[in-house]
Amino acid sequence: MLSYILKRLALTIPVAFGVSIVCFMLVHIAPGDPLTSVLPPDASAQLQAEMRKLYGFDRPLPVQYGLWVLKTLQGDLGVSIATGRPVASELGKALGNTLMLAVLATMIGFLFGSLFGFVAGYFRDSWIDRLASFVSIIGVSVPHYWLGMVLVIIFSVQLNWLPATGAGPGGSAEWAWDWVHVRHLILPAVTMSVIPMGIIARTVRALVAEILSQEFVSGLRAKGLLDFGVFRHVVKNAAPTALAVMGLQLGYLLGGSILIETVFSWPGTGFLLGQAIFQRDLPLLQGTILVLAMFFVALNLIVDIVQSMLDPRVQRA
Amino acid sequence: MRRALQTLTAMTVLTLASPVLAQGTLRIGMTASDIPLTTGQPDQGGEGQRFMGFTLYDALVAWDLTRSDKPSGLIPGLATGWSVDANDKTKWTFRIREGVKFHDGSTLTADAVVWNFDKLLKSDAPQFDQRQASQGRSRIPAVASYRAVDPLTLEIITRAPDATLPYQLAWIGISSPAQWEKKGRNWQEVAKEPSGTGPWKLAGFTPRERAELVPNKDHWDKTRIPKLDKLILIPLPEPNARTAALRSGQVDWIEAPAPDAVPTLKSNGFQIVTNVYPHNWTWHFSSAEGSPWNDVRVRKAANLAVDREGLKELLGGLMVPAEGFMPPGHQWFGKPTFKLKRDLAEAKKLLAEAGYGPNKPLQTKILISPSGSGQMQPLPMNEFIQQNLAEAGIKIDFEVVEWNTLINIWRAGAKHESSRGATGMNYSYFIQDPFTGFIRHLQCNLQPPAGTNWGHYCDKEMESLFDQIRTTFDAEAQNKVLEKVHEKYVNEALFLMVTHDVNARAMSPKVKGFVQAQNWFQNFSSISMAP
Repeated sequence: MLSYILKRLALTIPVAFGVSIVCFMLVHIAPGDPLTSVLPPDASAQLQAEMRKLYGFDRPLPVQYGLWVLKTLQGDLGVSIATGRPVASELGKALGNTLMLAVLATMIGFLFGSLFGFVAGYFRDSWIDRLASFVSIIGVSVPHYWLGMVLVIIFSVQLNWLPATGAGPGGSAEWAWDWVHVRHLILPAVTMSVIPMGIIARTVRALVAEILSQEFVSGLRAKGLLDFGVFRHVVKNAAPTALAVMGLQLGYLLGGSILIETVFSWPGTGFLLGQAIFQRDLPLLQGTILVLAMFFVALNLIVDIVQSMLDPRVQRA
Repeated sequence: MRRALQTLTAMTVLTLASPVLAQGTLRIGMTASDIPLTTGQPDQGGEGQRFMGFTLYDALVAWDLTRSDKPSGLIPGLATGWSVDANDKTKWTFRIREGVKFHDGSTLTADAVVWNFDKLLKSDAPQFDQRQASQGRSRIPAVASYRAVDPLTLEIITRAPDATLPYQLAWIGISSPAQWEKKGRNWQEVAKEPSGTGPWKLAGFTPRERAELVPNKDHWDKTRIPKLDKLILIPLPEPNARTAALRSGQVDWIEAPAPDAVPTLKSNGFQIVTNVYPHNWTWHFSSAEGSPWNDVRVRKAANLAVDREGLKELLGGLMVPAEGFMPPGHQWFGKPTFKLKRDLAEAKKLLAEAGYGPNKPLQTKILISPSGSGQMQPLPMNEFIQQNLAEAGIKIDFEVVEWNTLINIWRAGAKHESSRGATGMNYSYFIQDPFTGFIRHLQCNLQPPAGTNWGHYCDKEMESLFDQIRTTFDAEAQNKVLEKVHEKYVNEALFLMVTHDVNARAMSPKVKGFVQAQNWFQNFSSISMAP
């Protein structure tokens, strides 16, 4: 077991290295000048050259990459060109905001997705199944930024029940778990939850249908168990897979959604990435992509290790 | 008797309290994605200067932002007056306003101003700040040296006689040396608690999320002491999010509402405030060899082909049709003889004289961007103009490049390979002072890479006029020269002059007392909030 974990950890190193190269190259091959955000458009050529030197953009790309990796390994993600603030602190706050949003969205998605999935699977081919399946297909297919705008129009503009933007009243300063702040979280979380909801509902429906066709269910019925009792057994059997799907969905949502966070001006990683792209803020862009990518690498590592613990056949494969 | 006394007491209290009654909090949704730099030379372009420049800071020379019915002019700021030496036109003397206090309580002196110039220009000075320097240095190219003659007298020497110096100095916010010392000589720390002399003080800010400004009740200009209790700035870069925030009551004012939302905002009782200001939306022509725009008849034909009224309809009325390079009514407009009207017959005639016609159509390439600061709605607008020009016989191919790429091409020049053989580019300009308005576009020695004369234009008569601008120190006489420059710009149709933006803002009906100056910058001191 230990040797498997060590082997898996060792394999992560070249993957992480590859990810860092892709991160670095992707942002450098994109068009545009990173100094645009810090210099007035008519800044002189001399000033531009000085700034290019100051930020190290005059060096060859491999040298820039090497220096960046060295600093990153020491925990220094550099300083944002546009704001002059450390990338790590910018990213830390945004990650916290996205985490909050992603967890709530996943919980909503899991709750309603499971509910629709179980109901649809249990009452297969009935009108309830069709209705629940329709809702879950809508969840998977609807462009979520569009849904966000529609929710804003209905609940913020027309009904004035919930705020349209930001993470707190009057632009947010500090987050607090009170109604004034939490109401800012509702619309983006609901918007973000529709995709996991749809996916979980589809998965659970198929799972429930499959479980119901198994012999032990007939056994339970033969034993004289009522519908509710049978349903409880089905839920227990379907839960591990549903939870695994939920975990994956949480992973995706933690990456942040540029579109949803932009629509709601939610100060998370997606919003930060969007701004970094528009401003050609290379250190911020590289740092954010790298951290998010490494998060996925770590998530995959954890999933592999946990799977191997639960099912030793995985190790042999 | 007791009742009468009670009434009298209540009335007295109310009367005494009225001057300090809460005038409310104004929450503004900015288009910027972050809180602009707070230390004196803001980033985030004109918007940064508007909200974090002339709120917290004053410059030696200020813009008069009190009128909406005429273009803004320069007025004394932290300098009560200035003069240029009669014998040496490079030597300027500025008289520093007495008794002005920074927000930290320290006193403004000529030495403090010198310290501020060093902060931007002297890279070995302990207070030199690269972030501020990169914003401020290019604003004061004329300054060669400076010194404090006495605590209230500042001397500035320019590289050559340059009468545009006061316009340049209007960009430079003066920050407090004492606060920099107090904050451990660390600009990052000063940024959290900056100190200027402006009518607003920064009460605090959270990067990318909000900034809170409160009035400086001790401002030296009593007419600029804010009536509001608080001004909150919120970055909301996405236009639809901005509009939704206004409509749901999260903010009271938004910059640049989405144009298609303007009719519904109006019908829901929001105020849409617009005014002409020194901005223009042009096609900058190339004068490089082989460019068809080298022929004045072609330039004029293109200008006569544009249907500016039709374009205004397309934009829901949110534009001022160009009558010249400067907005109509501008103090430098002059009396150009070439009128910018739609006259297809005349356009075709001019093209025929230039050798073009149905058998030999004029075809050329223009660089445009799909979006960008000040570019308004570039795609539909350019397509509209493309159609207009096609009706006159000018076939335009567009090369669409991303906005930041277009800025780099603009810096590189029309002859550079990055311009991809284009003979023009759609570019919108900040045209607030003689340099940004005229000189930088067409002066011979500002051809790329030295400057931003993208089209490589060079003309003896224009050079002489530019020299006169710089050497005419009497403001009225200088305005006359600027009129001549503008007349030449228009009469020779040196640009495709299309439109001026109207700086639209949408605000709640509760916002009272805002006067939208014909300027990129605005005064927020006169505003109050109705209950």
